[in-house]
Amino acid sequence: MGRSVTDYVPHSELDVRALLDAVGAQSIEALFEDIPEAVRRREPLALPAGLSELEVLNEMRRLAAASTPATSLVSFLGAGIYDHYVPAVVDAVVSRSELATAYTPYQAERSQGVLQTIFEFQTAICELTGMDVSNAGLYDAGTALAEASLLAGHQTRRGRVVVSAGVHPEYRQVLATETAHHGPRPQVVDLAAGAATDLEALGAAVDADTAAVVLQQPNFFGAFEDLGAAAEIAHAAGALFVVVGDPLAMGLLEAPGRLGADIVVGEAQAFGGAMNFGGPGLGYMAVTRKLMRRLPGRLVGETVDSEGKRGFVLTLQTREQHIRREKATSNICSNHALSALGALVHLSWLGREGLAELGLLCARKTAYLRQALLAVPGVTAFTAGPVFRELAVRLPVPAAQLVEALVPLGFLAGVPAARFAAQLAGAGDLSGVLLVAVTEKRTRAEMDAFVAAVAAHLASTEADHA
Amino acid sequence: MPEVERRTIYEKSCCGRRAYSLPATDVPEVPLDELVPAGLRRAAPPRLPEVSELDLLRHFTHLSTLNFGVESGSYPLGSCTMKYNPKVNEVACRLEGFAGLHPYQPQALVQGALELMYELERWLAEIAGLARVTLQPAAGAHGELTGLLIMRASHQAQGRDPRRIIIPDTAHGTNPASVVMAGYEPVAVISDARGGVDLEALKPLLDDDLAGLMLTNPNTLGVFDENITEIARLVHEAGGLLYYDGANSNAVLGISRPGDMGFDVVHFNTHKTFSTPHGGGGPGAGPIAVRDTLAPFLPVPLVGKTEDGRFFFDDDRPQSIGKVRTFYGNFAVLVRAAAYIRGLGPDGLRRVSEMAVLNANYVMEGIKDLYEVPFERRCMHELVASAAPLKEHGVRALDVAKRLLDYGVHPPTTYFPLLVDEALMIEPTETESREDLDRLIEALRAVAAEAASDPQLLREAPLTMPVRRLDEAEAARHPVLRQRFPEDGESCA
Amino acid sequence: MADETYPQELKYYREHDWVRLEGEDAVFGITWFAQDALGEIVYADLPDVGDEVIAGKPYGELESVKAVSDVIAPLTGEVVEVNDALEDEPQRVNEDCYGEGWILRIRMTAPGQIGELLDVDAYKAFLDEA
Repeated sequence: MGRSVTDYVPHSELDVRALLDAVGAQSIEALFEDIPEAVRRREPLALPAGLSELEVLNEMRRLAAASTPATSLVSFLGAGIYDHYVPAVVDAVVSRSELATAYTPYQAERSQGVLQTIFEFQTAICELTGMDVSNAGLYDAGTALAEASLLAGHQTRRGRVVVSAGVHPEYRQVLATETAHHGPRPQVVDLAAGAATDLEALGAAVDADTAAVVLQQPNFFGAFEDLGAAAEIAHAAGALFVVVGDPLAMGLLEAPGRLGADIVVGEAQAFGGAMNFGGPGLGYMAVTRKLMRRLPGRLVGETVDSEGKRGFVLTLQTREQHIRREKATSNICSNHALSALGALVHLSWLGREGLAELGLLCARKTAYLRQALLAVPGVTAFTAGPVFRELAVRLPVPAAQLVEALVPLGFLAGVPAARFAAQLAGAGDLSGVLLVAVTEKRTRAEMDAFVAAVAAHLASTEADHA
Repeated sequence: MPEVERRTIYEKSCCGRRAYSLPATDVPEVPLDELVPAGLRRAAPPRLPEVSELDLLRHFTHLSTLNFGVESGSYPLGSCTMKYNPKVNEVACRLEGFAGLHPYQPQALVQGALELMYELERWLAEIAGLARVTLQPAAGAHGELTGLLIMRASHQAQGRDPRRIIIPDTAHGTNPASVVMAGYEPVAVISDARGGVDLEALKPLLDDDLAGLMLTNPNTLGVFDENITEIARLVHEAGGLLYYDGANSNAVLGISRPGDMGFDVVHFNTHKTFSTPHGGGGPGAGPIAVRDTLAPFLPVPLVGKTEDGRFFFDDDRPQSIGKVRTFYGNFAVLVRAAAYIRGLGPDGLRRVSEMAVLNANYVMEGIKDLYEVPFERRCMHELVASAAPLKEHGVRALDVAKRLLDYGVHPPTTYFPLLVDEALMIEPTETESREDLDRLIEALRAVAAEAASDPQLLREAPLTMPVRRLDEAEAARHPVLRQRFPEDGESCA
Repeated sequence: MADETYPQELKYYREHDWVRLEGEDAVFGITWFAQDALGEIVYADLPDVGDEVIAGKPYGELESVKAVSDVIAPLTGEVVEVNDALEDEPQRVNEDCYGEGWILRIRMTAPGQIGELLDVDAYKAFLDEA
């Protein structure tokens, strides 16, 4: 008999017979005798018939070919997911099966590899953020923000978190959904002109029931926030200060921990992660020593074995669901460990100089594009400068229209802010606002061609109207 | 014997050494102080390691040798379904037409990804025996929270807001933790003599305040709850909804569907059942399937299909609970699950469960004279044994686990479920060969024999690992959670 | 770890606490049985001076590596002293549960509750039943 389907089961018919004999069962059927007839399924599942490996891959290739990846175009898409170059060493390391196919390192003596990489990852996050303690990672920035809000609620026993409208709209959506029935209620504070948070409005919103103040750095529109001033506002009211921080920017920007942050969360996909249509991401979360025992997720600590030799273990596990159950800090029991490993490898490849140099390169290219775009007639700044890797501009036409028009020319022009109109209600008319991101992958020639295409499109629409 | 290298990458760092290279700057070299305002500039750089590319690879390759995965040997970790992860999945998810997609590309450019999600939704719905699916949750526990939020939205849409969720005493710890995150109150129900939900204990809990019941079936004792249709009837009659923790789906693919059992919401741990490498703790994915009456409350967006065959994100769902994570879920993990399901098809999936159950029963048969099996009946895809008979030698389940490491197999899950004293939860999975199963049985038997002949050896095990038993108490008392740098100053002058 | 003992001069509570009465004050700790059941204690989460503790209600938590246990107050009163040494060396509760492993000192506000505590023989009988 041929083998046109693969199921990865090693047993031959003889093996199956021998195993059935050993367990005293007449047939495979007999093994399922505890399942009542009423819920036994007799007909096959209505799924496409199985395939050989070659055919599976062909089918997957067909689906992959039915999309046009951003990486094959000149892309200025960002808004939370960035197309940075991932060095070849990352895939080499995350493909090591001893690391990739292991479970959570509960058996510490046989899991020293994963445990040590998590310890090193925690260290890297502490170094970037300037915080005392980092966990082993979370799902993504949105769920990390929800965890930060719950933590702040537990710590302060207060009922609201004041969140800047400059925090990514999707992060705020996740926060609102996940904490709908548990934890502090989110309250949004609008942005001032130039797209940074309106600190006066922030001050007015914060009161004795505020568990935390949340700002993003740089914010959703690419504006730099005055973290120190916001921290003062939060702390004066007895609230915690939470920063949603871009870890790649932390090579240039002051660590949030040095500016008064009590909790720093964010998205670390840019380190070691492909864009993957937005997932998996890599959420991270770091806190001050004081909040250590309220931190959700896995933590690895250093210790010694019975002979005094160095080793690493999961620690402070009593915070977690498998021990404290309904009293746990969170229900989370995974940590995107393989993504965290990829991030650690990428960060180690960059090293302390490389990270700053990469940041500088991105910032210079973004400054170049900003200047060029603002020189196009009709284009104005939505985000006041300076900016790091992303900015918003206001176009005289709907941003979505420009994006569509430039696709045939090979450009992904950016993310129209109007996509998030419901979450950005306080920001006024967003129809012309376009978020444009620039990574080290973009060349000057590509940016020049892009700006020319934008100018040509605007000129032609103006001509249509005239 | 020479010491095993245990320096961290930070301790291997050498000032000025580098692995990275970056393109030359092709735009004006604007000075840093014009790019970042003075008050925001970083004062001291993060002390990341400075290593060469080969240093880096040797470091992580060495660490991989201190670890153990499914490809290293048998990994019968109960409740975790440590099956073989097909390599073709890894090729598929790295295709540029998947990996290189940005989540905010125009939908016309991502039709292939949308088609994959659309099909996977339907396949999972069919496997669950339910109507619609969201692929958004990032993990099983995240699926639980999502499902509970949907249950709550559904009750509220009917003008009620009952607050209690019943959970068996055998449940995974995530269940009660998720219940609390959904703003619900967990109530425990005990198990009966056959390991199922105790119906008499359940009945008094079915009152007006009942929002639902969470159940794993087969449950964490590895047995199928035969009363499931009666439980579903009772819970539904009381106005509650049934949540299926799909952690144990590997036992029943194509054999019994949660929807047919009466469940209203089901999560799948696709990394377990549908084979994504566990990665040392993720990423996985936790899609949930729901009955048609609950579909309006699913997170946004879902993937729709127009009459002319175009796929689109359906955001227009006014009763949706919202979003439970950014973008559309752990897409790269979903690609692996789709490739797996597409390859196996209905017959392959059924065979997975048949062989998983056969293998677990074979292991049970091979050890039940030495380890207690608390429920004398057929097990499903995993079995719970007890090391309690070894206590007379002063040996505990922990000692058995540590000694098994010396035999080259990964130990079972220990001390879970809590109901069983000295529990060893063993899930061989369908991808283990007869010889692998025999080796596992022999190892468990050899360790039981050593417990009688040399109990001290077991208490000191493991003997052949890179480290001996680690001092977890000291790690918890005085947590060292990050690298300490000399005098906490600069790592480079 | 010390041998199993239950000092004669102490009072006991069914939640496995001991109480030493000192005038208006009462000192609390946990019994040998309780610390043995918990295993190696790694963290003590305790109230602050000035907090109120209520008989029969939890006033703190003791953690071992893989378990957490509420500590239940045997008497009602205001906390006047906390054993700060447990912060750095929580294992004192294991090593010397009636001495250096004491937990709290309270000023009693309902001394009538003393009559409900057990003497050593009654507590040992209670342990035998369990």
